[in-house]
This record gives sequence, C-alpha cells and structure tokens, in this order.
Amino acid sequence: SPHADLVSHLRAAWLSGKTRPMEYRVAQLEALGRFLDENKQDILKATALDMRKPPFEVELSEIFICRSELNHTLNHLGTWMKDEHVEKNWVTQLDSAFIRKDPYGVVLIIGPWNYPINLLLVPLIGAIAAGNCVVMKPSEISRNVERLVAEMLPRYLDKDCFAVVTAGVEETTRLLENKFDYIFFTGSPSVGKIVMAAAAKHLTPVTLELGGKNPCYVSDTCDVQNVARRVAWGRFFNAGQTCVAPDYVLCSAEMQEKLLPALREAIAEFYGSNPQESPDFARIVGDKQFQRVQALLRSGRVVIGGQMDAQARYIAPTVLVDVQQDDPIMQEEIFGPILPILTVASVDDAIAFINAQERPLALYVFSSCKKVVNRVLERTSSGGFCANDTIMHMTLTSLPFGGIGT
Amino acid sequence: RAAWVSGKTRPMEYRVAQLEALGRFLDEKKEDILEAIALDMGKPPFEAELSEIFLCKNELHEALNNLSHWVKDQHVDRNLVMQLDSTFIRKDPYGVVLIIAPWNCPISLLLGPLIGAVAAGNCVILKPSEVTKNTERLMAEALPSYLDKDCVALVTAGVQETTRLLENKFDYIFYTGNPSVGRIVMAAAAKHLTPVMLELGGKNPCYVCDTCDVQNVARRVAWGRFFNAGQTCAGPDYVLCSAEMQEKLVPALRKAITDFYGFNPRVSPDFARIVGDTHFQRVQALLRSGRVVIGGQTDEKERYIAPTVLVDLQPSDPVMQEEIFGPILSIITVANMDEAIDFINSRERPLVVYAFSSDDKVVNQVLERTSSGGFCGNDTLMHVMLTSLPFGGIGNSGLGMYHGKFTFDTFTHHRGCLHRNMGREALNTLRYPPYSQQKLGIVRAASEVKRKGACTLL
Repeated sequence: SPHADLVSHLRAAWLSGKTRPMEYRVAQLEALGRFLDENKQDILKATALDMRKPPFEVELSEIFICRSELNHTLNHLGTWMKDEHVEKNWVTQLDSAFIRKDPYGVVLIIGPWNYPINLLLVPLIGAIAAGNCVVMKPSEISRNVERLVAEMLPRYLDKDCFAVVTAGVEETTRLLENKFDYIFFTGSPSVGKIVMAAAAKHLTPVTLELGGKNPCYVSDTCDVQNVARRVAWGRFFNAGQTCVAPDYVLCSAEMQEKLLPALREAIAEFYGSNPQESPDFARIVGDKQFQRVQALLRSGRVVIGGQMDAQARYIAPTVLVDVQQDDPIMQEEIFGPILPILTVASVDDAIAFINAQERPLALYVFSSCKKVVNRVLERTSSGGFCANDTIMHMTLTSLPFGGIGT
Repeated sequence: RAAWVSGKTRPMEYRVAQLEALGRFLDEKKEDILEAIALDMGKPPFEAELSEIFLCKNELHEALNNLSHWVKDQHVDRNLVMQLDSTFIRKDPYGVVLIIAPWNCPISLLLGPLIGAVAAGNCVILKPSEVTKNTERLMAEALPSYLDKDCVALVTAGVQETTRLLENKFDYIFYTGNPSVGRIVMAAAAKHLTPVMLELGGKNPCYVCDTCDVQNVARRVAWGRFFNAGQTCAGPDYVLCSAEMQEKLVPALRKAITDFYGFNPRVSPDFARIVGDTHFQRVQALLRSGRVVIGGQTDEKERYIAPTVLVDLQPSDPVMQEEIFGPILSIITVANMDEAIDFINSRERPLVVYAFSSDDKVVNQVLERTSSGGFCGNDTLMHVMLTSLPFGGIGNSGLGMYHGKFTFDTFTHHRGCLHRNMGREALNTLRYPPYSQQKLGIVRAASEVKRKGACTLL
C-alpha cells in the first residue's frame, strides 16, 4: 500500500508518547489556530473558486465554527484530560478507581467537499486534543481547498504526527487497507458502508457522519412568514449543499397555500428578484453534482425558481409542489437548492410518512403548539431534532451531533 | 420492529415491568441455571452464583434504581443566542437490537447486555451460545415466558444460521466472542450501517515487578487465571517478570494452587472443566510449549486440564500465539519494566493490562505507557466487578464499553434537541442574506467562544 510507510511512521511517533503531554497538544492546537488566522483570505478565495461560496457563509460556517471549537477545546482540555474518579463499592473503598482518557493511536479523518474546512478541521481538533496522531484526507472534489490544505496545513503541525494525504477514489480505497485505530468519515451512506467494511477488517471503530432526507413538518399553528424565512435560510444556505438542511416539507394543503407566497417573499428578501446576480448565493460544486440535482427538477411542479445555468452551475432557489412519494426527488438526498412540499392530512400522517423512510440526520418541526412538537419528537427517530428553526442545533457545541441508521 | 415503532417499549412502567420479570426469572430458575452450567462446564456453584447470577442481579438493581434518572432529558449549556431556548439530549432507543452471547459466562454475558437494552427501550433478539447446550436449552424454554414476546425473542442458532440471522437489518448489534468472528459481525453490520459493540479478547499481560508481596500476588493471579478453569476473557493470560521474581513466584503459585484446590485439583469441587472437546484439544495442544513446572495433567473424558504453569517460553511458542482461554499460566522473563512495556506494546492491544507492584510509580508507568481496554493494578478481574467503570476492549480486543450506566448508554441514541420560539425573529435576521460585514460582526460577537486564560497544566 502506498501509504503504509506514512502510517507506520505516525504509529511509531504515537508509541513514542510524543502526543501525550498537554503542552504538546495545546501547542499543536494553537498552531492550527494560526493556520486559520494566517490563511483566512486564501480560504475565502479557495471556497469561492470551488463553490462560489459567499464570504459571509464561509466566515460563519467554516472559519468561525472551527475557531469556536478550538477555543472551546483549549478552554476545557485540562478538565477533559483528567482521570475521572468513579464511585466505589465497599470492596474497593480503599482503592483507586478511575477512567483514564487514552488516545486511540493513529486516526484517519476523511473530509467531504461541502464544508471542506469545517468538516475536516473540527474532527481534527478533537483528535489532537485527545492525543492521537492523524492522517487527514480532504475531499478531492473541492480542489482548491484540497490544494490549500495539502500545501499549507503541514507547515503548521508536527510532521511526525500529522499528515495530509490527497487521494481520489482509488487511492482512498488503498489508503483504507491500512490499519487505523479510529476512522472518522463524513460523506454519503454508500461510501460510509465501504469505509465501515474496510474498518471491519481491522476491527477499527468508526464515526460515520452521513446524510439523509431531513423532513420538515410545518403545522397549521405557526407564524408563516417566520417559518418561511427559517426554512428558506436552512435550505438555500450553501446552495442547499448542507447535510442538515431541511430536505422536504410536510404540511396540510391549507398551510401549503400560505407557505408558498411566504417562501417567495423570503427568497426575494434574501437574494433579490434574480438570485443569480446575488453575491450571497452559492453554486453547485461540480458538473456531475449539477447534473444530478438538475435531474431532480423533473418531479412535481415548479412554483418558485427552477432557472438553471449549466456553465455557472447555478440552480435558482426552487420550490416544488405536487410531489409524490415515488418521484425521483424523494428517492435521494437532494443536496441542492430545491425544496419539495408534500401535503399530509395531519401530524399523525406526517409522523407515519417520516417513519416509513430511512432515519434522517435531522428532523424539523414548526409549531407554536408544544404538544405538537413533543408528539413528533417522541414518535420519530433521528440523529438530531430542532423545533421552530433549521440547522441551529448543529451550532451548539454542548449538544452531541450525529446520525442514526443510514 | 413493528412493536418498536408502535412505541410499546417506551414508557418507563413497561421497561421496569420487563426488568422485574427478568429478576423473577433469575430467582425462580436459579437452581436450573446452576444445574445447566454445571452440566455444560463443570462450573462450581460458587463461581456460577458469583459470575453469572450475582453480577446480573447487581446490574438489574442498578438499572432499576437509576432508570428514571437515566431516561430523563439531559439539559445542556446554552450559548448567548439560545438563552431562551430549550436545549437537551433526548435518550432514544436504537430500535431492534441483536445480542450474541458467548459460552464462557452464558448467562451474564447474555442477560447483562439485555438489561441495558431493555432499560434503554429497545426490542431485543437474543442469540445464546450453541456451545453451552444445556444453558441454551434452558434459556430458550424458560426465558421467553417471563418477557413480552412482542419485544424480546430468543433465537437458537449454530454458525450457519447465525450468518443468515446477520443478514437482517438490526439497529444495534452487541457481540461477545473472539476477534475473527468479531470481524465477520462488523462486516455484516457494515452492510446496514449498524453500530456495533464488540467484546472480544486477547492475551492479557500481567507484569509482576520485583517489589511486591509474592504470596499475595500468587494468590490474586492464580485466582484470576484458574477461575472458570481459565475461560475468562479478562483472565491474566501470561506473566512478565524478572528471572529472580520467577524463582519466587513459582513456589508461591504452587502454594496458592494447593490452598485453593488441594493436591489433586481433579477431585476439588471448586475447579471447572473445559466446555467442549474442540476447546479441550485446542488448550491441550498449547501445553507443548516451554516446560511444565506446575500441573500439566489432563483427562480427556472429563475435559479436565490441571491448573498449570509453564516457563522457558519464547514469544514464538504456540501458547503465545493465541488467547489461552484455559487454566494455563505462562511466565516469560524480562530484564526490567521497560522491556515488559516494550513486549506488551509490540503485540495486539489486550482487553486488560495487569501490573503488580508495591511501588505506585511502577504501576503508573505501565498504565501510562501501554494501551488496553482496561487496567488493574495489584489484582486481577476485580475492575470488571465495579459497574461504575466502563468495561470494553480496544483494537483487537474490541470496541465499545458497557456495565452499569454504560450499558444503558450503549443502547441509547443520544439525540441532540433544540426547541426554539416561533417568534423573536428580530435576532434571526442577522444571519439572513443580504449579508454584510456589520451583520457578521454582530453574529460573531453573539456566538463567540472566547479563549480563556492560560490552561492549567496537569
């Protein structure tokens, strides 16, 4: 395997105990902070080239989030590292019983292309803080960020313990043949299965951040304009290429009639009458993804947006109605700026619909009525849950973030 | 799955009723359990009571005593932006979980996980080991009548049918057994992206330093090694010590074994047997390594292998190539603690590392410079009995951890929840387009995590 030497080198460094002292970990984390500060303009440039990401979105969802995680980690590392003393029974009263926080060893972090800085560096921060050595594999699809990370990041971190590997699909498969002590993968469920199968050969524990179709139930009792803004924001941020974006709306026919003009107004407020001219709306990352999303427009009926420009990889903020459960757009995660609306008769119908699908990463409910919110929460299963907003639950570091099922 | 989706297992009253029924099973069937285990493995009733029934009842009581606390929503710290919101972790069940148990502790390693799975609100399929036939039959016949058949089922299956069973989609798989089957289980789980907990095994090293009370060490090591005739995943597998210590340790071990089992352990009622012929032959073959200094006698018909100690071993000997899982203690000599640590680190990471020394510094050095599922200084097995400690492996010895609340957590999906207000939209407009530097500044200031002063060095 082409990377076998690299992995042995990192493993030798880990065995030497180099990454264990707190001073070492703090130094590496602070160096990572300097990478973010000193390369901020280049990060903005690279993400603009890869996906025409608005600088505001990059500052918030890529740089600021990493900086917050970094500071949160540095603030608490001393406490996190300490031995955790536990309750003893009477037999062990005079003994010392505690949980020691040991690193796993050499960990592999595979990052996706939609938030290529955040979703590579946030896991990295935790891995370093915990005393591991790390191999990072940034996404080859967000090419400019990949190049930036590969060239610049190693200059800030200890080369004995941290490495960036650039690899396409084939080389990543070879990379996965090596034995890692932990694998952190963010990406699609189908590749997630491949990663876990490779990990199984070495009994390597994994964290898989995958995706799904995040349902968004809008009850009849709500402030329609607020709902429209919050849903539109979550759906169209990063041109819909967000794992926790609301994927489809479930609501009554009456609510749909109110929601459509409200969504139209929100989109106009956000991006103006021609979103293609707005500096605040991103583009689809590549031609292949553009074609995939474009094909999904052939479901239901376009009531807002629908315009496209293949050369610019622009797809307008779009809303579809008259969508059926077996339409193409309901068969896969959209991961683009299209919001389908499906009508249901009641909250129980919405719950039944949700439970008939794969369990999503996020589940959204909009209702002024607490009972409705709680009913949906109690009778469904999802990675995370947010009532009366979208995406925001992901920004609170005291909440665990992750999926369930696929 | 239908029963789970119906929500039947969610109410606390339901879970408590199931757990209490499990407690009645353990009480009412106690004699049958002891009998089955005696037939399967010749386990002394004392050992069976302790490692099978008593451990289960402890776990049961801990779950029943704490369940109302464990299932509660856990409220978490909020940032400035979410001060008026509700932020909490909801404890959701996974759904339908599969528990595959091994043969060495066929009751506690099946029911221990079951307790946590039921407490967490899951539906469960139990697959007891087909190797311990009497116990398997007892469980299949008696257990289902105590529990709700809609939500807990028991499946008897050999290797082939277990492979078919694993083709189904489960929402969690808990497997206790060996690393090679662990790989098969995880590979099957990968097809459905099913999370797994693997309790595997390994060769648990036991470093005995020169400064120690040799007789106490000998007793504690012998107890850990020969309990259940060595068929314990956490048992000390081999000793590392200096040549001088070996000279003192061997007679001390001889005395401990005699104290425990008399001069002919074969007639002691307190020493178990090997579970089956295949295993007997496997362990017997390992005796051809090094030199027998204590024990070594075998009786194939009884599947008896005497409490045995081997010396003059090489790392390449058969007995050092696989987990012994039998009543054989190997001793390997090393020059010093550093050599012992290097030896341990050159091998797969074990379920447990043991270190015996009167010098705390030595114990701490071994702890710091090795990596293992768990660790115990100056005793064997005892860390497994404390439910406030997480029990599990790392690398080849497994992944995941359980016991006590950790079992409940293993079978629980920690769902991050945020409940905001339908109104109070003014604050949100700061994050919406059209974007501006000014808005960015305010949003950042409102959600910033500032770096506090210098970290306290440990």
